[in-house]
Amino acid sequence: MAYKERLNGRKFDETRKIEAKAGVIPRADGSAMFKIGNTWAYAAVYGPRNLHPKFLQDPSKGILRCNYNMMPFSSSGDRVRPGSSRRSKEISLVTEKALLPVLDLSEYPNSVVDVFIEFPQTEAGSRCAGICAAAMALADAGLAMKDLVAAVSVGRVDDKLLVDLDYNEEAYEEGPVADIPIAMSPNYGKVTLLQMDGLISKEQLKKVIEMGKKACKDIYEVQKKALKDRYKI
Amino acid sequence: MSKINVKNKDIAVPGEVLAVGMESFPGIGTYREGENIVASRLGLVQLDGRTIKLILLSGRYIPKRGDTIICKVIDVGFSGWRLETNGPYSAMLSMKDATSQFIARGADLTQFYDLGDQIVCSITNVTSQKLVDVTMKGPGLRKLSGGRIIEVSSNKVPRIIGKQGSMVSMIKDATKCNITVGQNGLVWIDGSPEDELLAITTIRKIEEESHLSGLTDKIKEFLDKNKKTQKTDK
Repeated sequence: MAYKERLNGRKFDETRKIEAKAGVIPRADGSAMFKIGNTWAYAAVYGPRNLHPKFLQDPSKGILRCNYNMMPFSSSGDRVRPGSSRRSKEISLVTEKALLPVLDLSEYPNSVVDVFIEFPQTEAGSRCAGICAAAMALADAGLAMKDLVAAVSVGRVDDKLLVDLDYNEEAYEEGPVADIPIAMSPNYGKVTLLQMDGLISKEQLKKVIEMGKKACKDIYEVQKKALKDRYKI
Repeated sequence: MSKINVKNKDIAVPGEVLAVGMESFPGIGTYREGENIVASRLGLVQLDGRTIKLILLSGRYIPKRGDTIICKVIDVGFSGWRLETNGPYSAMLSMKDATSQFIARGADLTQFYDLGDQIVCSITNVTSQKLVDVTMKGPGLRKLSGGRIIEVSSNKVPRIIGKQGSMVSMIKDATKCNITVGQNGLVWIDGSPEDELLAITTIRKIEEESHLSGLTDKIKEFLDKNKKTQKTDK
């Protein structure tokens, strides 16, 4: 049976319901919440602050440290063991690399900006939600940025190309599946994260990335509105 | 003519194109990208002639020469004191800048400032690597004793001080507290407990509503009202 329409009734280029808010954690220097469907991300930014151990310090610019963390019962599967894992370390690293191209930390030599991204619950697309939340939190922390970063996962289920896969689509068994998280700077159209899991042809990949870029621009509008609403009169 | 996409007091988000054309100039918090002037931070737009700049709303304190700040002594060395500035960088107070008194070689420096002391000092120099030098020589620079210290966002300090110190003197008059506002976002308040409390609530209110206009009148009203209730309580 071919994948004719999406299991969740969405259109092929439609994302799940998105909700975003900035300034959700008062004690942090900057914070944001980003919910896409059942995936909830909270990001808190601390810093720039003093960096120890000293050998990590960079005298030419500040460094960015991201921390991706899923809470123990956040996913529908087994309990996630607390603390870092191979997976969370990788995602922390790619998050960092997705955000660094837009971030300017040259004003803060020898210091660090810490970003903690927590997931109370997840259902596919968590690294993308985390990047969206982190970008908003960094802006909320008053750091210099060229642009925000918006991210979404795109992919293919059977012969259909679609945006923002949920868990059932990722786990579709009756045909080939590809899951491709994309992060980009919406005003420059530059991609800062591109990963893939699964099989897809070159033509399909090109097409699906275009779909992702369009979705990222829509997500950017949501992020922008959330940041503006924080200081609404 | 360049096209300006924003009004005064609009909120700008990083990456937002504020103006198109070479007639406008990028100010603080903005940069030029080809023809466009783009916001690089989250802030309130201020059109200043042909310059477009942003008033920042958040962010940690970054030391600047000439700032008067409130610091805590975190280390006492042979030739000076290391101070915590409420930002990513610590400051150095050398013996020479601390006092005009003669200090004998090898003297115990804790007799001037001990660990944990809070002092008001002024920044004399900041290097590119953010090494900060401070001095105690100047009017109003001293060691603080008594009172309490609260932390506010360093971006809100100009609003707490007000034009020519109008806001802070209003609070001082109304609450009869001694108040020193450090540029680094630490505020020292000394008075009777009730007065201190009123001063703190007022400062918190200013911090929350700092981006709104007509703040001075609002705060005046707030202080008048609360002073009255305090009196009737007694």
